[in-house]
Amino acid sequence: MINYQSTLQAVPLNWYILVSLTLFCIGTVGIIYRRNSIVIIMCIELMINSVNLLLAAFSAYNGNADGQIFVFFIMVVAAAEVTVGLALIVVMYRNINSTDISLFNNLKW
Amino acid sequence: MLLALIILLPLAGYLLLTFAGKYLHRISGGIVASMLVAMSFLLSMAAFFITPRHGIFITGPFTWIDTMGFRASFSLQADSLTLVMAVMITGVSALIHFYSIGYMKEDPFITRFFSYMNLFVFFMLLLVMADNYLLLFAGWEGVGLCSYLLIGFWFKNPEYAKAADKAFIMNRIGDLGFLLAIATLYITFGSLSFTDIQSQLQSGIGVNQMTLITLLLFTGAVGKSAQIPLFTWLPDAMAGPTPVSALIHAATMVTAGIYLVIRSKALFILSPFSLHVVAGVGIVTALFAASVALRQFDIKKILAYSTISQLGFIFFAVGLGAFDASLFHLLTHAFFKALLFLCAGSVIHGLNGQQDIRFMGHLKDKIPVTWITMLIGALAISGIPPFSGFFSKDGILAAAGQSGFLLWVLGLAVSLLTSFYMFRLIYLVFYAHYRGKSESWGHIHESPRLMTIPLVILALLSSISGLINVPALMGGRQWLSYYTGLRQVLEVHNHKAEWILMIITLLAVTGMILFARSIFNRKEIAQLSATTLKPMGRLLSRKYYVDEFYQSAITNPLARISVKLYSFVELKIVDGLVEGMGTTVNYLSRIFRFLQSGSVSFYLFFMVAGIILVLVLNLFM
Amino acid sequence: MIRDIFIFLSVLALFSAVMTVFARNLVHSILYLILCFFAIAGHYLLLNAEFLAIVNIIVYGGAIMVLFLFAVMLLNLNKTKQITLSRINLFAAVISGGTLLLVFVAAIKKNSFTVTPAALSSDFGSVKMLGKILFNEYILPFEISSILFLSAMIGSIILVKKEHR
Repeated sequence: MINYQSTLQAVPLNWYILVSLTLFCIGTVGIIYRRNSIVIIMCIELMINSVNLLLAAFSAYNGNADGQIFVFFIMVVAAAEVTVGLALIVVMYRNINSTDISLFNNLKW
Repeated sequence: MLLALIILLPLAGYLLLTFAGKYLHRISGGIVASMLVAMSFLLSMAAFFITPRHGIFITGPFTWIDTMGFRASFSLQADSLTLVMAVMITGVSALIHFYSIGYMKEDPFITRFFSYMNLFVFFMLLLVMADNYLLLFAGWEGVGLCSYLLIGFWFKNPEYAKAADKAFIMNRIGDLGFLLAIATLYITFGSLSFTDIQSQLQSGIGVNQMTLITLLLFTGAVGKSAQIPLFTWLPDAMAGPTPVSALIHAATMVTAGIYLVIRSKALFILSPFSLHVVAGVGIVTALFAASVALRQFDIKKILAYSTISQLGFIFFAVGLGAFDASLFHLLTHAFFKALLFLCAGSVIHGLNGQQDIRFMGHLKDKIPVTWITMLIGALAISGIPPFSGFFSKDGILAAAGQSGFLLWVLGLAVSLLTSFYMFRLIYLVFYAHYRGKSESWGHIHESPRLMTIPLVILALLSSISGLINVPALMGGRQWLSYYTGLRQVLEVHNHKAEWILMIITLLAVTGMILFARSIFNRKEIAQLSATTLKPMGRLLSRKYYVDEFYQSAITNPLARISVKLYSFVELKIVDGLVEGMGTTVNYLSRIFRFLQSGSVSFYLFFMVAGIILVLVLNLFM
Repeated sequence: MIRDIFIFLSVLALFSAVMTVFARNLVHSILYLILCFFAIAGHYLLLNAEFLAIVNIIVYGGAIMVLFLFAVMLLNLNKTKQITLSRINLFAAVISGGTLLLVFVAAIKKNSFTVTPAALSSDFGSVKMLGKILFNEYILPFEISSILFLSAMIGSIILVKKEHR
């Protein structure tokens, strides 16, 4: 079985950090680039997951299980958030019949 | 303490009348005011008698200014000079207040009048009782303010309002000199209180600095006491009610300038040049004003020019170093000039508003009390013994004689002109024949007792107040000079010469009076209308065209400059700046409006950019 | 070998993330995201966080993404309405993302992360151990999260209800 200690010795911590941060940045790109609100929420999920990965890595490398508990709770909150977010998208779709956020500019001056 | 009470009673009167005046019956406002001033007078007399020789000194309840080493406090002091002035001020003011109750009886704004009068007495007392220059200046400004309020009392008339403006603005020019003097005093001495300054005079201060300070102080006095060149406001100030003229422009405010100079005599003594300037300005003003008075036809204007002339005469004495003679003449002048003004007011009141002496005449039977008292005043001002003017003028002429024969001649000339125009006034008003409208002859009436009693009291004072400073020459003890410590700087040398000069003066003055009588006390008087005057007469009656000169040389160019400044600076620059700010905000807001594009990805982008910025700042700074 | 697994999983995760962002079809995006979750679950396994790996797949891949697909299907969003994506947006996005990455890398370079390899128990990330910690020290957040779920459910239902006029 894969002993996580070997992981600890084989893979330096910095690599995990880099992967996680890259995922985060890709999520950021997605948020700014895409105009479909569903894709935006998905990119938010991507960012959350990158943070989860980072937390799990730190918890493993420090031997402290609190990080994994934190990830657990983040997942909890993310689930609730997606629920409500999708409900909002449905309402939005009902109003303007599209999910394009650029049509959502009533606050324009 | 007594001092505070003396000052605060009139102030209380002002506050009471200002804020509760409308609940008081009209006359009672005047009675309250007069009683308060009379009480001040009694307290001043009490203070006068109980104060020890070196004077008393109190400090106010809190420090006035205390910043960066500059301290000024509300301290009052009462040395002999102050007490003499205070007694005179409160006494004359009280009499004038009572007189005004009768004079202003029909005026609808009588309460406001008395509140201003009380305020004026307060400020004047503050002025004489101050123990430092700054507090004196506060009183100085205050009396200037009150004179503005009182001259322009009937402000609905634009002419009167303009006269009030003129008085205040000319005063202001003098005040500028005073302020500069205060600043220089502070720089030189580090303190503004009289005692501090006088104690520092032992360590020599440069003559040039003294000259500068004293000339600046004298500038202030010139403005306040109406000397050349800042005198044209005083004749115009006759627009105010006659009691105002009596109080402010005969007895008190105009004497503030002289008080200032006497108070600073230690400074002036150290600067002979300033003393010469003072004497020169004084005598020139005296002659100038006396000559103008010869050809005036308004009874109050004659007295106004007479005031200017007499003040010049007093400054002349100051400039000669005869501080005690000048103070003496100041006091006697206060009495008889106030008397003359009040009598003039009585005449005007009796003639129902007529002020032009060309329409008066032969009034001595109709208004006898006024006639007798005015005659006494005229005799006093001309210097006829035993009235007070004789002693005080003689003091001044003696000092002039000490300093040089030419100066004595000039002083004599002033006295001659004074007696001439004064008796011209008396004869034209009370003697000869009546030149007014014949139907108004019947309406002429004597003034009520409330007005005539102060006249009588003042006449009495004018008669006997000579006794307070009878010169040693005639066996007197010169009590005033010794009391105030102003004993003449010049010593009297030659008694015999002085007797001779005195007799000559007396004879000359009596001669002038008879001369005036011969011209004016006739049944028909020719040449009284201004249009038939010879050129010299026209020059005099138009006051040497000084007013017109000021108007064209100073007022009009200033007005033009201010119009130019207005159109350029005000409209373009200031308005442009203010509007420009609004326009700029508009412009900027139009640019920044794009931040509110409504596009969500735009917002998100900026959020991310902000986060990057925050991260950079936190991680790397 | 572990390093190879790590690299493979990372490349998979990154690739699927990029495809999520740049895929034209909405459903394709969702599927790529599911793939990404699987890759991350693999990473969790490498770190011996079994519980997290399973929960990731079940909750994220199974529940949340399915929810997404439901929403897409029910609203018929997969009929491709071609949303023309502007070039400027791409530009701005890539630049800001790149800058962010740069900042992070610089931060990493600046700070050194000290690792304290402690508790070497073999059941480190196991369900048993996590359960123990969860129910001993973090019982309160656990209970409150149930309330959170309740509110989320109620909220979303109320949001979506049609108004009866």
